[in-house]
Amino acid sequence: MRVPLEWLHEYVEPDLDAAALAERLALTGTEVERVVHHGVPSAEGFVIGRVLRAERHPDADRLNVCSVDLGGEAPAQIVCGAPNVAAGQTVAVAQPGAVMPDGTRLRKAKLRGVESAGMILSEPELEIGVERAGIMVLGLDGDAPAPGTPLADVLPIGTDVLELEITPNRPDCLGVYGVAREVHAATGAPLAPPPWAEDPGTAGDVDGAAVEVQTDRCKRFMARVFEDVTVGPSPAWLKARLMAAGQRPISNVVDVTNYVMLLAGQPLHAFDLDRVGGGRLVVRDGRAGDELQTLDGELRRLDPDMVVICDEDGPTSLAGVMGGARSEVHEGTTRVLLESAVWDGPNIQRTSTRLALRSEASGRYEKGLAPEQAQDALALATRLLVELCGARVAPGTIDVDPPSGRDRSTAVIRLREERVSGLLGAPIARERSAEILSALGFGVADADDGLDVTVPAFRRNDVTREADLIEEVARIDGVDKLPATLPASGHAVGRLTPAQRLKRLAADTLAGAGLHEAVGWSWSAPELADRLRLPADDPRRAAVVVENPMSAEHAQMRTTLLGSLLDVARRNVTHGTADVAVFESGAVYLPVAGAELPREPHTVGVLLTGAVRSASWREPAPPVADFFAAKGVLSRLLDSLRVSWDIEEGIEPFLHPGRAARITVAGSPVGWLGELHPSIAAEWEIASAVAAFEIDLDAVIAAVPGPVRYEDYTSFPEVRQDLAVVVPRSVAAAEVVRVVRDAGGPLLAAADVFDVYAGKQVGDDEVSLALRLAFRSPERTLTDEEVAERRAAIESALGEIGGRIRA
Amino acid sequence: MIERIEALRQEGEAAIAAAATTDALEQARIQYLGRRAELPNMLRGVAQLPPEQRGGVGKAANVARKALEELIEQRGAQLAGAELERKLAEDRIDVTLPGAPLPPAGGLHLLTQTRREIEDVFVGLGYTVAEGPEVERVYYNFDALNHDPAHPARLRTDTFYVADDVVLRTHTSPMQPPPIYLIVPGRVYRRDSDATHTPQFHQIEGLAVDEGITLADLKGTLLAFAQAIFGDERRVRLRPHFFPFTEPSVEVDVSCFNCTDGLTRDGARCPLCKGTGWIEILGAGMVDPNVFGYVRDYGYDPERIQGFAFGMGVERIAFLKHGVSDLRLFYDNDLRFLEQF
Repeated sequence: MRVPLEWLHEYVEPDLDAAALAERLALTGTEVERVVHHGVPSAEGFVIGRVLRAERHPDADRLNVCSVDLGGEAPAQIVCGAPNVAAGQTVAVAQPGAVMPDGTRLRKAKLRGVESAGMILSEPELEIGVERAGIMVLGLDGDAPAPGTPLADVLPIGTDVLELEITPNRPDCLGVYGVAREVHAATGAPLAPPPWAEDPGTAGDVDGAAVEVQTDRCKRFMARVFEDVTVGPSPAWLKARLMAAGQRPISNVVDVTNYVMLLAGQPLHAFDLDRVGGGRLVVRDGRAGDELQTLDGELRRLDPDMVVICDEDGPTSLAGVMGGARSEVHEGTTRVLLESAVWDGPNIQRTSTRLALRSEASGRYEKGLAPEQAQDALALATRLLVELCGARVAPGTIDVDPPSGRDRSTAVIRLREERVSGLLGAPIARERSAEILSALGFGVADADDGLDVTVPAFRRNDVTREADLIEEVARIDGVDKLPATLPASGHAVGRLTPAQRLKRLAADTLAGAGLHEAVGWSWSAPELADRLRLPADDPRRAAVVVENPMSAEHAQMRTTLLGSLLDVARRNVTHGTADVAVFESGAVYLPVAGAELPREPHTVGVLLTGAVRSASWREPAPPVADFFAAKGVLSRLLDSLRVSWDIEEGIEPFLHPGRAARITVAGSPVGWLGELHPSIAAEWEIASAVAAFEIDLDAVIAAVPGPVRYEDYTSFPEVRQDLAVVVPRSVAAAEVVRVVRDAGGPLLAAADVFDVYAGKQVGDDEVSLALRLAFRSPERTLTDEEVAERRAAIESALGEIGGRIRA
Repeated sequence: MIERIEALRQEGEAAIAAAATTDALEQARIQYLGRRAELPNMLRGVAQLPPEQRGGVGKAANVARKALEELIEQRGAQLAGAELERKLAEDRIDVTLPGAPLPPAGGLHLLTQTRREIEDVFVGLGYTVAEGPEVERVYYNFDALNHDPAHPARLRTDTFYVADDVVLRTHTSPMQPPPIYLIVPGRVYRRDSDATHTPQFHQIEGLAVDEGITLADLKGTLLAFAQAIFGDERRVRLRPHFFPFTEPSVEVDVSCFNCTDGLTRDGARCPLCKGTGWIEILGAGMVDPNVFGYVRDYGYDPERIQGFAFGMGVERIAFLKHGVSDLRLFYDNDLRFLEQF
């Protein structure tokens, strides 16, 4: 909402400059987006002039050399290029030194050899109109201000403009007078009576026009008939105000409707009554097949959720949004039917959204206007049409008042003093509350414990409870004055839950292992499932589908973190960062059959590609990430969470078939680990190996044991031994370890593979594993015999899976 | 014999002193104390001497041998130390070469760091941290929070729908029985995308509901928050605003940490606060009484239960604190960005 200060000052004029007023408004709840200046930056050098003579320039056909009386001793010589300049005109003149709206400073100049001491101005040059055909003629001969009069005394040629952001609960501030009321309350400056106080029209029946309302989406429909209308340009002051408020002047009748809307916040529409078929309007819901050409020239298809105004020839106006071309006021219009109606806000909003057609009118209606406002706007418009368009208002007023709009109740709400201080934490005196509420247009009466407050119609939707009144007094009195205290109940006990702390630990562990955390989108493209070669029955194909995504790549909720990790890897690789080690920690969204909402397990995904360390003079070619690099990260993660976990061969459609594994924690599968299938990595333009894993962190955390119990490690020494065993290649290392652990029994405290050998010293189909064994008892020092016995048991158990001990 | 012993001792001492290397010293040892050397032979031959000579010669030879042994040891230590020094002096490295790299340092995403920083402030103020589902019923996302059925935020132009009555949550406001001191961080979704909006972002909503909670308490709480995040000298300012679920509603500004009263050190208009001296950081307010109807179910009197709520964007806090120019950078996950924080 653009509010020119020049216009605002007609109703309230606080002793504040634009910046100070903006600050005051901001601190009382009206956000000021910015303060701009419209028109000339300074009125200096702009005066009224009278053209005494205008003669053809000796060397230029299109220029006139004018002698202009500027009120000084001698007339000024000004060269003017406008075709309409003529002796006798009263004009606006910029003298040398004057600064134009675009910032250029005018100088004396020679035009084709003739001196020119200034410029005779057109409307666009002053930003007060759009008439480009020639200079602005302010009057002829005697009927105009005297030469030399400052132009600013005659026309609003420069004003600061507040650009306000009006919150949706305050449509009353979408009019200059409503803003003036706020300014009055916020500053204490006196407020002039509303401009609609006098109504030249009359109530009663109207001859020659009728309105029938057939929908409850119309809250009130008022109209008047005007005869003898002369359509023409508006007076300069009105055009200047519209321009400053951001509205383009069109013709006096249309300008009056816009001016009233900008002042009163209530949209109006003028029909050419001679183009209303049958002189009768029917307001009804749209029907399939209804079409209407709106004022912007577009053909609109209507539907039953829209409200349309029809005459006997069909739709002629789109209610609350835009008038129709067929009944538009034009140069030859002499009879006007002026509509001042109120519509159902949500319906107008749906209509304008569906048609992608937002107008000044729809922007106001959609917030919900009070039916009472229609009367005010009609009164004001009547006066202006009579004054400015030569119109004669026909007797009577059409006022259709459907049941849906009959809520004219005035709520009376008790404002208790004790509640004011109870909610705010500091008191506001009853007298101050009364003063504030009266200034805002509320009725106020004293009550036992506070005030009885009557809500004005224009705040009916917004202020319905005591808390709303407290907000009103608090914001105007100044919430910034409140002390800063902390809740005093002592009920606040803060902590993170164990699961929250473990989630942090997981992320910290991965960051500590050298990985960077990425934060991807929760969405993925439907094609991802195909790109990852997920088979038709893969549960990750079933995704939560977004009905209104912003792009096709974000059309469904992700079921795996792998897609976004691969996107991150590709992005970095293509930007020249070949070594990528990243993780993401966040939800995936898994639909649950029969349930409305999906499951959202918190998942951790890790992706590694490229060198695991940076190259250096000591290690020019560091190892590149592979299965075991990712497994090392996984080990660090799961060990730091202290869960017991296992890896076994597994298959994932997107993994290298020989380098894929399933991760189990406490016996249950929690995710996968592996190297990506090279052709899938290639899909993401990554040439080197990509190792990754993904685990359900919620499931892992559920398996985290309680507090660690201390184990005695000092009383009895540990016996360490190495064991080399040759096994067929088909036997997995994890199987060897399992057999060793089973055979070793409780005395075997640890068994870890520390070396792997395949080569000449063993058979082609064999591999040699070296294990480090540790035997320990919490109760006694182990004897050599006990250890030898366990070792023998291990060796014999290994024999059963085809293993033999290497000497 | 005694004279010979003395001569051998002097010879030996000279040879030991003259030995310039540990090898030469070993030669001297062999010459004077080795198996075939004269002095040890004398000692071995003492038994064959006449008894009256045995004592004198034996003693002299023994003393001489011990003296030589001691000298050899001393000299040996000297020579070995010198030789080690020489060897070390030759064993030079180029100390200016780069150190051996450790695995690169990883790190948490700036959004995670910021989120944790905020969480920790509120945990310190006595709040617990909750997380809820991101795919949420329309009822909990809008209706329960006093959003008018016609509120524009419900429109499909503004909110992501996955079914007629299921949305991607647009905020993280929680509801539970009082007393509540709770923050709810998490991902939220709104259909908006430009340099200052991403369709997915992270929000932290806070809620304190208890008897006697006031707007002044909100101010004190957010002051503590702003000082913890942006520095102890910060002040906060409440500006009245409108939100459907709070009444009164305020926007909260923090005094600019980039300038003094809108001017940077070189006197230019501060680009961060645009010269106003204040930066908007979040929206807040007293929870609307309509939202409190539910506390009756828990046996509370809605007249006595009051509360405040606030909501802030993690991206915005991180962007203000670290000068990130475009919020979309948070989701590009370019390592050149991630490594900076």
